[in-house]
Amino acid sequence: MTTDVAALPAAVWPTGGTRVAFHTVPVAAVLAMLFVGWYALAVWLNAPQVIDRFERDGNTWTSRQLVDATWSMARPVLPAPHQVARDFYQTVFATPIDSKRSLVYHAGVTVSATLIGFVLGATLGITLAIGIIHLPVLDRSLLPWIIASQTVPILAIAPMVVVVLGNLGFDGLLPKAIISMYLCFFPVTVGVVKGLRSPDPLQLDLMRTYSATRSQVFWKLRWPSATGFLFASLKVAIAASLIGAIVGELPTGAQAGLGARLLSGSYYGQTMQIWSALIMASLVGVILVSVVSLAERLVMRRQGVAT
Amino acid sequence: MVTAVSTPDEAFTLPEGVAVRAASPLKEVEKLIEPSPIAVDISGLSLTFQTADAPVAALENIDLQIRRGEFVSFIGPSGCGKTTLMRVIADLATPSAGRITVNGVSPEQARLARAYGYIFQAPALYAWRNVLRNVLLPLEIIGMPAAERRARAAKYLAMVGLEGFERKFPWQLSGGMQQRVSIARALAFEPELLLMDEPFGALDEITRDHLNEQLLQLWHHTRKTIVFVTHSISEAVFLSNRIVVMSPRPGRILEIVENKLPPDRGLDIRDTTAFLEVAHRVRKALRAGHSYDD
Repeated sequence: MTTDVAALPAAVWPTGGTRVAFHTVPVAAVLAMLFVGWYALAVWLNAPQVIDRFERDGNTWTSRQLVDATWSMARPVLPAPHQVARDFYQTVFATPIDSKRSLVYHAGVTVSATLIGFVLGATLGITLAIGIIHLPVLDRSLLPWIIASQTVPILAIAPMVVVVLGNLGFDGLLPKAIISMYLCFFPVTVGVVKGLRSPDPLQLDLMRTYSATRSQVFWKLRWPSATGFLFASLKVAIAASLIGAIVGELPTGAQAGLGARLLSGSYYGQTMQIWSALIMASLVGVILVSVVSLAERLVMRRQGVAT
Repeated sequence: MVTAVSTPDEAFTLPEGVAVRAASPLKEVEKLIEPSPIAVDISGLSLTFQTADAPVAALENIDLQIRRGEFVSFIGPSGCGKTTLMRVIADLATPSAGRITVNGVSPEQARLARAYGYIFQAPALYAWRNVLRNVLLPLEIIGMPAAERRARAAKYLAMVGLEGFERKFPWQLSGGMQQRVSIARALAFEPELLLMDEPFGALDEITRDHLNEQLLQLWHHTRKTIVFVTHSISEAVFLSNRIVVMSPRPGRILEIVENKLPPDRGLDIRDTTAFLEVAHRVRKALRAGHSYDD
């Protein structure tokens, strides 16, 4: 059963009742195992602190009390799932959105930087790809630098970008968006170059027999053939863009954003806050990738590929 | 101009039934072909590919003239340069020596003037365009007004028997239908010269017969110049009025076989002695090429 599920394309949404069961049962099973492991790990990791406290207070304790205590600490090493869930609910639903304590507010800040960075990165990536396809000079001169740019750890670059842009008078979203862009143009460039080169020789010969201009070859052949590659790389890019935005919030001492929540959580030992921010970040990632997938399906349907 | 022309006339006898029907069209063909201007003029043409180890002579000293309104087939084993010769005519390959004109100008000028339609071995349809939009493609590129484009596409889709399939995408069609779309696409901008590179090679025999018959009808009615590459002797004899027999390494013309079967022939003609006689001469020429290799 699990192999069947794995073989299905990720974008297939369940429609009928049987398909819902078909999809939810394996997912629920994995989730249940995850929770069991998580609770066990919470006991194991938090137990030393709890035992310390019990012994300091001179109390005797049963294993039942120990387990309960490890699942309800204020600052646990690893909070139990229900604690994270409670914190997540508190900061997402029970706090006004414009409050600095609202996780939705922080997610909004990060998403703005992510989206600006994504648009900039996709534009840069596509532009570079078009240049590389049409100018052999760029192919040879630019590509090594593009690859080299990605071997530099983003954590090393991010503070410099923030400092330099800060000196130039830019702060807030822009430095983070630039870091996002830096991370996400690369998959777009690589994917789109591959896509623009994907037409087979016959299709290119055909254009030649029509004496088509370069721009006609581009718009009527290369660009449409690159669609599949474009969307595959945009999905990678938007996820990378989110990571870029979060990383961009870490060295700035930013007051807002998921990165800022992660950082302040670790400063003050607020592990639940870290976990909530992590869950929010992955939710945002899933939503952003899904939006790109949806756009892909719409475009593919127009191209007659999907039915 | 040609390296060798067999003179089949003395051996050429039509069977009773065909002779009656053929008598006048035969003269018509001669009238139409003989005085018509030269569409493709090739002399002393050679093409050498530079490969890693040694240069490969794809074509060597080709002399050939194709007149307007002719149906000329190139036949020969794989690697004899028939496709390369066609690509030279289409300015998709550049000869290393010799002279070639297409409609009196260089192949490049002819290509820029959109003098020919090229039909490839594979349909080479654009997967993201439906049948209608595939046929519209060349018309969009030459900048034809939208209304005229639609009318043209409809006309030629009907000609290849694909009305009602306009909204289908290539993957929804059989191989034969896809190739018919590609033929409609080549016909749609109404070139005087059609270059067909084994267009039916990948199709089953029934579909191939059917398309051969349609193509012959088309040629008979439109009098386009058609250059046709094939592996099949029977296809070449059925379709063409001249068959250029080629041999490989280096690619060269062995013989040019004249075929004076009536232009409005049907598939049944393939069972006549006249047809078999022409096929026999082509086979003999091909065999001569092979013995050359041994």
